[in-house]
Amino acid sequence: MGRNHRFPWASVLAIMVLAMAASQCTPSAPQRSTGGGAVQSDVAVAAQKTYVPPGDLDQYYMFSSGGHSGQVYVYGVPSMRHLSTIPVFTPYPATGYGFDDDSKKMLGDLDWGDAHHPALSETKGDYDGRWLFINEMNGRIARIDLRDFKTKQILGPVPNLHGNHGSSFVTPNTEYAMMATRFSRPVPQRPVSIDRYATDYKGIVAGVKIDPQSGEMSLGWEILMPPFDYDIGDAGKLASDGWMFFTSYNTERATGKLEVTASQRDRDYIAAVDWRAAEKAIAAGQGEMIGGVRVLDPAKVPGLVFLLPCGKSPHGVDVSPDGNWIIGSGKLQGVTTAFNFEKVQTAIRNKDFTGEEDGIPVLKYESIKDAEVPVGLGPLHTQFGPDGFAYTSLFLDSAIAKWKLGTWEVVDKVPMSYNIGHLAAAEGDTVSPDGNFLVGLNKLSHGRHLSVGPSQPESSQLVDISEEKMKLLYDAFTEPEPHYAQIIKADKIKTIEVYPKEENTHPLAVWDVNDAGVTRNGNRVTVKMVAVRSSFAPTSFEVNRGDVVTIAVTNIEQTTDELHGLGLLDYNINIVVDPGETKTVTFTADKPGVFAFYCTNFCSALHQEMQGYMIAK
Amino acid sequence: MQGSSTRRFLDQPIDRWARLMLVAAVGLLVVTYFFPLWNMTMFAPQYRDGLRLDIYSYTLAGGNGGQDITEINVLNHYIGMHELTNASFAEFQWMPFVVGTLGLLVLRAAVHATVASSLDVTMLFVYFGAFSLWSFGYKLYQYGHNLAPDAAVKVQPFMPPMFGYRQIANFEVYSYPRAGTYAMVGVILLLLGSLGWTWWRLRREATAPAVAAG
Repeated sequence: MGRNHRFPWASVLAIMVLAMAASQCTPSAPQRSTGGGAVQSDVAVAAQKTYVPPGDLDQYYMFSSGGHSGQVYVYGVPSMRHLSTIPVFTPYPATGYGFDDDSKKMLGDLDWGDAHHPALSETKGDYDGRWLFINEMNGRIARIDLRDFKTKQILGPVPNLHGNHGSSFVTPNTEYAMMATRFSRPVPQRPVSIDRYATDYKGIVAGVKIDPQSGEMSLGWEILMPPFDYDIGDAGKLASDGWMFFTSYNTERATGKLEVTASQRDRDYIAAVDWRAAEKAIAAGQGEMIGGVRVLDPAKVPGLVFLLPCGKSPHGVDVSPDGNWIIGSGKLQGVTTAFNFEKVQTAIRNKDFTGEEDGIPVLKYESIKDAEVPVGLGPLHTQFGPDGFAYTSLFLDSAIAKWKLGTWEVVDKVPMSYNIGHLAAAEGDTVSPDGNFLVGLNKLSHGRHLSVGPSQPESSQLVDISEEKMKLLYDAFTEPEPHYAQIIKADKIKTIEVYPKEENTHPLAVWDVNDAGVTRNGNRVTVKMVAVRSSFAPTSFEVNRGDVVTIAVTNIEQTTDELHGLGLLDYNINIVVDPGETKTVTFTADKPGVFAFYCTNFCSALHQEMQGYMIAK
Repeated sequence: MQGSSTRRFLDQPIDRWARLMLVAAVGLLVVTYFFPLWNMTMFAPQYRDGLRLDIYSYTLAGGNGGQDITEINVLNHYIGMHELTNASFAEFQWMPFVVGTLGLLVLRAAVHATVASSLDVTMLFVYFGAFSLWSFGYKLYQYGHNLAPDAAVKVQPFMPPMFGYRQIANFEVYSYPRAGTYAMVGVILLLLGSLGWTWWRLRREATAPAVAAG
């Protein structure tokens, strides 16, 4: 049976062999010397360079923006250990940030912010270790005091400006931090049809004045700009001190699908802003009050703003340590452009213009550029070493290019895994870069770590730049989203570890358990509470339903790391009080019953006994 | 015979070297105001730098800007130990004045320049030193034994170390005299030295003519 209908074994076998052969012919991953290949490092060298033995300290702090997590993350370099999280624009239960009255008030209605560009305060163009500024997209900027690593002020949302991406770059003596519009909109804010984008929508550049003693920020002035998307900035220094540079894209003034409509021109602009001229114009009473702020129109204040053509859709702009060159990187190009500040000044003097945008002169590209450096595809940001070398991140090539200022020669490349955005060299954006280390802040990690499912961490890669050839040392996996980071020598930061008792001027502070207790004024109840190992005083208190209750907890410890927390169950109350600090939390006792409160921050052998009750009648 | 020779010795004047030693002793007494008499330092894994307690004749002083005393008290409250405060040391009320008075008496002896007055003050000083040491030891005993009965952590009553090292729970406790006490010892040595020198000088003077006559 079936002998005349035999199964075609031979044909099947032949097809299988062919298929296997074909599968061998499919391209495998290319062995490229640069670019997106997964990279390994020389283990012995990398281990020695990055290993910080237990108990030893790192050489540098790295302050990394937490992007849309709204926080700032602090890492030690070279170990790349995560040391601390500084909550800024988002509540952070771990430190009680956004739960106590003061931080809640500081956050205001917005308890989310997309943090982008940390800026360490500077003196004479060098980091001075006093404050860290960081912007977020909702038109706000925050100041962190590096004495206690706490957010002290959030300014904004400022009027007129929308989408504060081009921020918070400080000037060389921290006279100003900057803000710039990413999403132009009508100024003053009002509903206007998108059809009138090119004429009725406006960008804003704002100078945030910083008090040299206290660091207190206030809005200094605003400048009305054409409706481009302002992206990144950097302050001029030394030779170019007094100027501020911002990249811009969508100089097409297009709307709709910007990835196409805003990518039509071969060159967009770097806006050069003479911020001292802005200061003078404001002092002279120029400008118009819009939305409660004095706004300067560059068309009416000649010399205030000039536009430097820069190809194509530039993202990063970085001023060389001596201030002589302005490095602009068109992200859709294969070159980065070095503009000569001297030539920019000459072109301004000679009115070497090729046109204007809303009354702002456009300088002639050929007259101001020194070089187009063939760094590679998708150049974004540039940092500097101490020896005249520059390091440019290449998003598309997924690499860092090392090149020489002046000779414009590309000398080395190191692959990044993967798709590097910003990069941070040790003090690499100051007048005296440190060299030694550089961190690539990569957008994608593509599973170079134990799998944690689809929501993958970002990757920050440590690179040794102390020698001629760059060497990859370490992969760290950082919280989203490290837009930019700055690396400062550890000894520049002087911290306190307890709040000295004599500095506590809080009106509700109590330092003696005998002074603790409950006072009532109508339906307002104030509980002055002492926290000290291992008890609260009072250990219980009574309120009436509907009372507005303020609990003020003073941690009377003066010992390092003796934090106490107060969690009040079912009332969503969680504050953490550092040694010597007083914090208050105010709420309405709208739920009757008995509710436990307890110490949340492990403090002592009898921490578990540190508890009490609120009785709401 | 014996009594009368002693009396004669007591009535003898002391020479300028003996007086100089007395003045130096007063100088050292002044020093005791500026340096701690005793120090206790406690180390534990969580206190790598140690908690330091300096005891002066008139006050307690904690290391780390005074914070160490607060910390010691916070820790001690768990075992029910009394709080270490200046108020609980009556000694601090009188000790500086006694030291001052003794200083004046030493000066007086230097001026009177008799063996009797310098022997008086030397004896007083020795009594004072012995009493102070006993008082300090008694205080330590009280602190280690007078523990609150409702303490969270019950420990066997103990004697904190007065001189040397002792392990108490997770703490290594070191207790040693400091510059103030060494100065006190120096004072006593100078007082005794002054007396000894006078005794030796008088003996030599008493025997010298005899030798010459012999």
